Amino acid sequence: MEVDVLKRIPVREQDPKVRATNFEEVCLGYNKEEAEAEATRCLQCKNPQCVKGCPVNIDIPGFIKEVGEGNVEGAYHVIGKYSALPAVCGRVCPQESQCEAKCIRGIKGDPVSIGKLERYVADTAREMGIKPEKAESLNGKKVAVIGSGPAGLTCAGDLAKLGYEVTIFEALHKAGGVLSYGIPEFRLPKTRVVDAEIENVKSLGVKIETNVVIGKSTTVDELLNEEGFDAVFIGSGAGLPRFMGIPGENANGVFSANEYLTRSNLMKASCEDYDTPIIAGKKVAVVGGGNVAMDAARTALRLGAEVHIVYRRSEEELPARVEEVHHAKEEGIIFDLLTNPTQIFTDDAGNVTGMECIRMELGEPDESGRRRPVEVKGSEFTIAVDTVIMSLGTSPNPLISSTTEGLDINKRKCIVAEETNGQTSKAKVYAGGDAVTGAATVILAMGAGKAAAKGIDEFLRK
Amino acid sequence: MFKILKKEYLANNIWLMDIEAPRVAKSCKPGQFVIVKADERGERIPLTICDYDREKGIVTIVFQVVGVGTQELQKYEVGDSYMDFVGPLGNASELIEMPVEELKKEHILFVCGGVGTAPVYPQVKWMKEHGIGVDVIIGARTKDIMILENEMREVAENLYVATDDGSYGFKGNGCDQINDLVGNQGKTYTRVVAIGPMIMMKFVAKLTKELGIPTIVSMNPIMVDGTGMCGACRLQVGDEVKFACVDGPEFDGHLVDFDQAMKRQAMYKSEEGLAKLRYEEGETHHGGCGNCD
Repeated sequence: MEVDVLKRIPVREQDPKVRATNFEEVCLGYNKEEAEAEATRCLQCKNPQCVKGCPVNIDIPGFIKEVGEGNVEGAYHVIGKYSALPAVCGRVCPQESQCEAKCIRGIKGDPVSIGKLERYVADTAREMGIKPEKAESLNGKKVAVIGSGPAGLTCAGDLAKLGYEVTIFEALHKAGGVLSYGIPEFRLPKTRVVDAEIENVKSLGVKIETNVVIGKSTTVDELLNEEGFDAVFIGSGAGLPRFMGIPGENANGVFSANEYLTRSNLMKASCEDYDTPIIAGKKVAVVGGGNVAMDAARTALRLGAEVHIVYRRSEEELPARVEEVHHAKEEGIIFDLLTNPTQIFTDDAGNVTGMECIRMELGEPDESGRRRPVEVKGSEFTIAVDTVIMSLGTSPNPLISSTTEGLDINKRKCIVAEETNGQTSKAKVYAGGDAVTGAATVILAMGAGKAAAKGIDEFLRK
Repeated sequence: MFKILKKEYLANNIWLMDIEAPRVAKSCKPGQFVIVKADERGERIPLTICDYDREKGIVTIVFQVVGVGTQELQKYEVGDSYMDFVGPLGNASELIEMPVEELKKEHILFVCGGVGTAPVYPQVKWMKEHGIGVDVIIGARTKDIMILENEMREVAENLYVATDDGSYGFKGNGCDQINDLVGNQGKTYTRVVAIGPMIMMKFVAKLTKELGIPTIVSMNPIMVDGTGMCGACRLQVGDEVKFACVDGPEFDGHLVDFDQAMKRQAMYKSEEGLAKLRYEEGETHHGGCGNCD
């Protein structure tokens, strides 16, 4: 295969017109030939910048070297030292602002496709039946992990590899957290990728108990004092969806993105033989501009709706990954930018009939450094929609913080934890991921889970 | 897996089951609920906790068969297991969190309707165990569909039964019975707890507002996760939006917007109706009936 060192090997994708009507994965990934060709573009820097850009510091040149030599198993074990979920990270990490942003190749041309190579390694290793390496013996200490999302799975996996007996407690009926309920099938296949990665974590000896709500079914204190755990990691995730507080927001047909995505992803509402219903909508407005908004919009599109993204700033400020915005546009999502909802109209039965919006313009930069959107007086107009999906982020869930003695929270109600080791204000209790930072990314949660595993190990070895 | 240890038909498509669920049994309190999912493909269905035995690790649930989800639950027999059973969810009853000495000064009236009798039972039982006598009204359309009457009689100080058609006890609905107790029998109440169909709670709350009696209602709106994540269960309570699963299920009955709550309750009606037909008859209905689109 011919390689232009300045250009990355393109990755094959499902045709936009076809994929807009199915839930199959959009990106098809590299094959062996493509991956090995792309691997040759890595300069094998002595002082690799990409590693610094990775929240879990994967030895990127190390695994790419193995790919180049055709040794997928070797590459898998290099990544496995740092990440428990490579097939997930290869798909949903914002590489363009992390490892790939630092790649030296990126100065003159395209950075190396690190994410797509990681995905190739993880997928191929899975097809070859390669499993992560298990601890040789148990060290006799027990750790409880709350939440089976990216933070919890990473923390549990790392501790199990060090010989700890780890039990994950999951509130829902299925493990995976946001990987299962939040990110749609077309971006992150559930059975093939998520379930397989969870099985890998289990193969390290990690137990997962579903249907346990910490703070209700049992408490952090009970886990430590009655169930014999030596330490607890809290990776319970983001929490309660935010709404705008505009008139009509409780109408039938107004959903949080969390609800809409949970119905579709976790409950498989769009599958004929699953019982949970979903209202697909004929014309849908998704309010917000983050990755979750893109996921909700593209889900509604696949369920047959005409979908508008309604976002109060301009395209430049969209917080979603560029790749997600690009995919959404290709599939036919309409972007109503510099637009903000002011009220939702309903019929007598309480069903949504339309949404009034106002035009916005950008003013001076605010605290976030982005230009503040300002209403254009008298510019109100109505869009006829039957469904509105609010994707405005979340606020922390008080279930654990309110039932754990001595666990401090900050003014945003997030759990306070040290960034370096996850230690909270309470002895033996560590935390990380969205429960600490507020809504962020999968890889940042994994980084926090990893730091906490190290912190717990240092504490318990004393 | 959560094993069914007992199954009993109460009346009017209402079933009672004992489920082996030690974690829930250990920590649940009156007023809380569980979510049950029968199998891989089932819905997550919020259900009332009617009773519990901490030592044996058993939770008693009561549910009425209304749609596909509950129809599926009802198919399970003693010895079978539900795949998922999570809880306790929501907050314990406001009253049982009050100091017992304070409660003894109160005159409490519980008003139950239909399947709502089940969540009232553990509260009244708790009251009796703590030496607090309370009055209870069970209202039903007709005698045959009344549930848990004997159980309630054992734990209530005074039990009043009311039927719309007069086939049993007082003739009239729950509100008529309250009016009779307060107006004709000289009863005074400092607090009312009403649990039942939304329309019943709406009218009880309307009446007690006129009578000036603080009133607690327990809401059971549409839910998905039950832990605060989805916001499907949101309600307008006064000028605030509340989530029934984490802020409730109990709320001040005088502040709940029942009309909105009832509209939200009907959100999936046509989807559910279609699903029920599919379940019962197979692929016989393809729209065009005028009732669904």
